[in-house]
Amino acid sequence: MSTAQAGLAPRDTTVRRRIPPGRIARTVVFHVVTLAMLAVVLYPAAWMVLSAFKPSNDIIGNIDILPDTWTLANFATAFGGIGGISFWSFFWNSTLLGLLSVIGIVLSATVSAYAFARVKFPGRKVFFAIMIATLLLPTHVVIIPQYIMFNSAGLVNTYVPLLAGKFLAAEAFFVFLMVQFMRNLPRELDEAARIDGAGHFRIFRSIMLPLMRPAIITSSIFAFIWSWNDFLGPLLYLKKPDLYTLPIALRAYVDQTSVSDYGAQMAMAVLALVPVILFFVVFQRYLVEGVATQGLKG
Amino acid sequence: MSATATADAPVRAAAPRQPRRPGARRRADVAAGYTFLSPWLLGFVLLTAGPMLASLYLAFTDYDLFRAPTWVGLENFTEMFSDARYLKSAQVTALYVFVGTPIKLAAALAVAMLLNMKFSGQGGYRSAFYVPSLVGASVSVAIVWKAMFIDDGVVDRIQQSVGAPAGGWVGNPDMTMPMMILLAVWQFGAPMVIFLAGLKQIPAELYEAASVDGAGPLRKFWNITLPMLSPVLFFNLLLETIHSFQVFASAFIISGGTGGPADSTNFYTLYLYTRGFVQFDMGYASAMAWVLVLVVGVITALMFRTSRAWVHYSGEEN
Repeated sequence: MSTAQAGLAPRDTTVRRRIPPGRIARTVVFHVVTLAMLAVVLYPAAWMVLSAFKPSNDIIGNIDILPDTWTLANFATAFGGIGGISFWSFFWNSTLLGLLSVIGIVLSATVSAYAFARVKFPGRKVFFAIMIATLLLPTHVVIIPQYIMFNSAGLVNTYVPLLAGKFLAAEAFFVFLMVQFMRNLPRELDEAARIDGAGHFRIFRSIMLPLMRPAIITSSIFAFIWSWNDFLGPLLYLKKPDLYTLPIALRAYVDQTSVSDYGAQMAMAVLALVPVILFFVVFQRYLVEGVATQGLKG
Repeated sequence: MSATATADAPVRAAAPRQPRRPGARRRADVAAGYTFLSPWLLGFVLLTAGPMLASLYLAFTDYDLFRAPTWVGLENFTEMFSDARYLKSAQVTALYVFVGTPIKLAAALAVAMLLNMKFSGQGGYRSAFYVPSLVGASVSVAIVWKAMFIDDGVVDRIQQSVGAPAGGWVGNPDMTMPMMILLAVWQFGAPMVIFLAGLKQIPAELYEAASVDGAGPLRKFWNITLPMLSPVLFFNLLLETIHSFQVFASAFIISGGTGGPADSTNFYTLYLYTRGFVQFDMGYASAMAWVLVLVVGVITALMFRTSRAWVHYSGEEN
């Protein structure tokens, strides 16, 4: 972009005195078109959030986004929980799993990525190719044997099956993201440290880890959000309601009420997304940049 | 491999200062490599390679989790051809993947080009369009989608107000697929962000030169934007295709786990789950999983094969 501006610079100076009228018109058209598209795209999200504040019988079929009468009754019902188990229990379970997932992924993916990106050893290229292949592998081919394995080990109704893959770097996306990031760090740093006598463990801990901060933050956010939204894993392994995470609690709630209380459903749906939205608002730059670089280096 | 030689060179040059032998460094590298890689290696053996072999075996057996598996040869695979629910699930999934993905990518590219124009506020727009990608696969959004497309729901009301045939999409087997595809297309933000990053890498000189030569916007798009963007397009196409084969949570929630009405949302993974974990036909479900792996593998291979004809990498890197 800077080169484009530099290239245009001589022409810009000649017209600086007056802004061309076409430019203003085009700017207005651009913003009108973009905002209109944005309104369509974000309508379902806005409808969900504000429907939670509508009376329960005024949600289905109410096209208006803003409630005619505002109510907090739906949230009161939602906080009441399901089958005697408090909403906060599900919330805590999701939070705990999310945090442990972050820890597991940051530990295992940084270490594995260091081996792929910075250490030379026989077999590395083969393992790297395998890692990339697992990136494309449908998870459904492993869930049945994994279930049989965890079931025979008595680990159904624990969080172990949901966390094992995180602590063992089985989610290749994160390893790949960190390898790409690490490959862009200057090699001179390692070489200088090695000449000074530092081993791999010191280089990893004192040089790489601190420089990996942006990749670690991006990975942590994705790890938390994906764990938070995960449905299949908890559906398979968590059969006791007091272990439920929010997504399966939400599903149980929707299934349980035959005459649907849409207000409470919307309120729970909104509450279940609050942490995701908070993460997004705070870390949006890391998230969006993380997605962007992921594609470019592929 | 040539990189090994060049990487070793500075060490040998530094040898007078550092009396460590190159052989020692090599051994240290091997030990460190496998130590650092051990979490991934363990995870690969225990959670990926082992289970894949196990499910390959189970695919040729009858197994219900409680009694020992019995060998049935190819029976699970032959059963698929006569299983109407299986064939329907394969058909539904293929439609979803091969219609939904191109629409989603077209939307992503169009909006990315809009957001690549030089106006203020583009960063904010980019983040806002990304929001659905962040929440789209969640149970929450599936619940909302169902509430919006249900009989007498918001979409139905809009249809009524313009005099279109009404009745809601959730209960109509002909309309559930458009509903599911809309949900997928709604999440165009992630590929859009990737396209946008790719667009920003195209040198402005190319467009300036084309303008000098009198090329219009359509020719610039066809002769500059698309070829320059083809690696990113390939990446998005591959990932979105593979990803959409695995749609599960939204179909599960919207159909209440049944894949209905009339199996119109009984996506491959949903049927696999039902056979494996509801009916405990784990042999059959394993066979289904392997067919999915093979299909995804063949599609991936085909994409890589054809990519040579249409993906242009700029010369300096590859």
